[in-house]
Amino acid sequence: MTVPTLDIRDLRLGFKTYEAYIEVLHGISLSIAPGERVALVGESGSGKSVTARIVLGLLQLLRSARISGSVVFEGRDLDRLSARERRRLRGTRMTMVFQDPTSSLNPVYRIGTQFHEVLKRADPAMNERAARERAAQMLLEVSIDDPDRVFESYPFQLSGGMNQRVMIAMALANEPALLIADEPGTALDVTVQAQTLKLMRELVEHHHTSVLFISHNLGVVREFADRVYVIYKGRIVEQGPCASVFERPGHAYTRALMAAVPRITGGGLPDIGDEPRDFSQPLVVHESRGGHA
Amino acid sequence: MRRAFAILASNPLSLLGLILIGIILICAIFADFIAPFPEHRGAVVDFANFNQAPRWPHLMGTDLVGRDLFSRVIYAYRISLILGVVVLGIAVPVGVTVGLIAGYFGRYTEFALMRVTDVFLSIPPLVLAMSIMGVLEPTLINGMLAVTAMWWPWYARLVYNMTRGEKEEGYVLAAEVIGASRLHVMFREILPNCFPSIITKMTLDLGFIILIASSLSFLGLGVQPPTPDLGSMVADGAKYLPDSWWLTIFPSLAILVAVFGFNLIGDALRELFGADQ
Repeated sequence: MTVPTLDIRDLRLGFKTYEAYIEVLHGISLSIAPGERVALVGESGSGKSVTARIVLGLLQLLRSARISGSVVFEGRDLDRLSARERRRLRGTRMTMVFQDPTSSLNPVYRIGTQFHEVLKRADPAMNERAARERAAQMLLEVSIDDPDRVFESYPFQLSGGMNQRVMIAMALANEPALLIADEPGTALDVTVQAQTLKLMRELVEHHHTSVLFISHNLGVVREFADRVYVIYKGRIVEQGPCASVFERPGHAYTRALMAAVPRITGGGLPDIGDEPRDFSQPLVVHESRGGHA
Repeated sequence: MRRAFAILASNPLSLLGLILIGIILICAIFADFIAPFPEHRGAVVDFANFNQAPRWPHLMGTDLVGRDLFSRVIYAYRISLILGVVVLGIAVPVGVTVGLIAGYFGRYTEFALMRVTDVFLSIPPLVLAMSIMGVLEPTLINGMLAVTAMWWPWYARLVYNMTRGEKEEGYVLAAEVIGASRLHVMFREILPNCFPSIITKMTLDLGFIILIASSLSFLGLGVQPPTPDLGSMVADGAKYLPDSWWLTIFPSLAILVAVFGFNLIGDALRELFGADQ
């Protein structure tokens, strides 16, 4: 078996305040094989985004954060790397796509300039012409047919969908091993979101990039991911291949989550208590056909 | 740039500001050619023509030793503008850097830097400048230093507040995620987004700096004679009011025009940048 792109074992995160120590993640284990698309699903506050920030090495910079457990990226333990080495990984081996594409681009620079900056992360010697060529190639891959116009535009002159595509193109331009997508396109309307997700799916397949897909939208997850982890209050409550989790949800929380998705056929929203007892059931693991769980 | 200029020129008040500032700039730059008596900026006496009311060739009259007031006002503009530019040239980079660091790093750094800034802000500006000038020798350079010392905290405060806001924007996080350094995030990502406010404040401040510098020299703490300075000209003339009114009125008007002009432009810029957002 190959080395997983990302392997998280028993990750715990707490914040130390003056009064108390608050644990946010209570031992999360998660692994992503090369080229695999893994979704992390949960409600807001369940610990999805902090997990992503730990993988990126951003929370480690915060002094009040207490992190234990191991995060191994491409066989390298992030804990043993210096802050400098972790920084070197960001933007080259791992990148991230955000919720709101328009605010993720700096409004005072043209797209071309920002693309150049991104490419310089991987190759500091890259000149503007080479950057243009590479960027144009990437933009064509995300179905932007007139890269020159986009290069000369400021982010606020482009639509949200366009900006999202630009972000995806930028994220994949340096051929990262891992792409973290934090609720990508939640700020966009549904049709545009569907389009960009489809594009992203094709692209990561083509580039053989692993994806950690963070979302609360089960419909999107079902279309996009190979495997799903359901997270609730800092614990993984269910995991397994996408199809089997969706067909036979084993954990009470997963079932509640799925029932909570509004149907287009109507039927009202189900009543869910604030913290039903069932939700603290032990982890449910679906055996995957591939052998790694 | 051209569009901005067109917008400025379309508003009568900002157009007036542009014209006033244009005249002042031309006077300051080409003082040697415009002033009818260029030698009168120095220690020259012409007692045959002393203390004369405005009459050709002395458009604004002559002072107590017979020097042409019009020429001296034009040279005083040059000094005032140089002072304003130098003061801003030091105060803005210092203030902006302090504000950026305090706003971006937060915590103890912020506490230390902003409390120092508050100490400066807590002393009335003119009093601070006067006390500095009281210790130092009253020269043009020291005058600039004194005004700079009271000016940078305002930029620190402005940029600090903006940085606090910009720091939460998505593009800052995006830059951090792809591994941009702190310096890069501060100066290449956040700072350019603060430029409109900084430039607006700089324009407004040029007028006020001229005013403050004039106040200092009015009190005898700024530029020393025989160098022409609007403030000291007003101070000298005030003793002879109301009979020799030209000694006071024309230099005062000159200060008024400069402050007014820069304010009009500053307000216009504020509207222009506000509309852009």
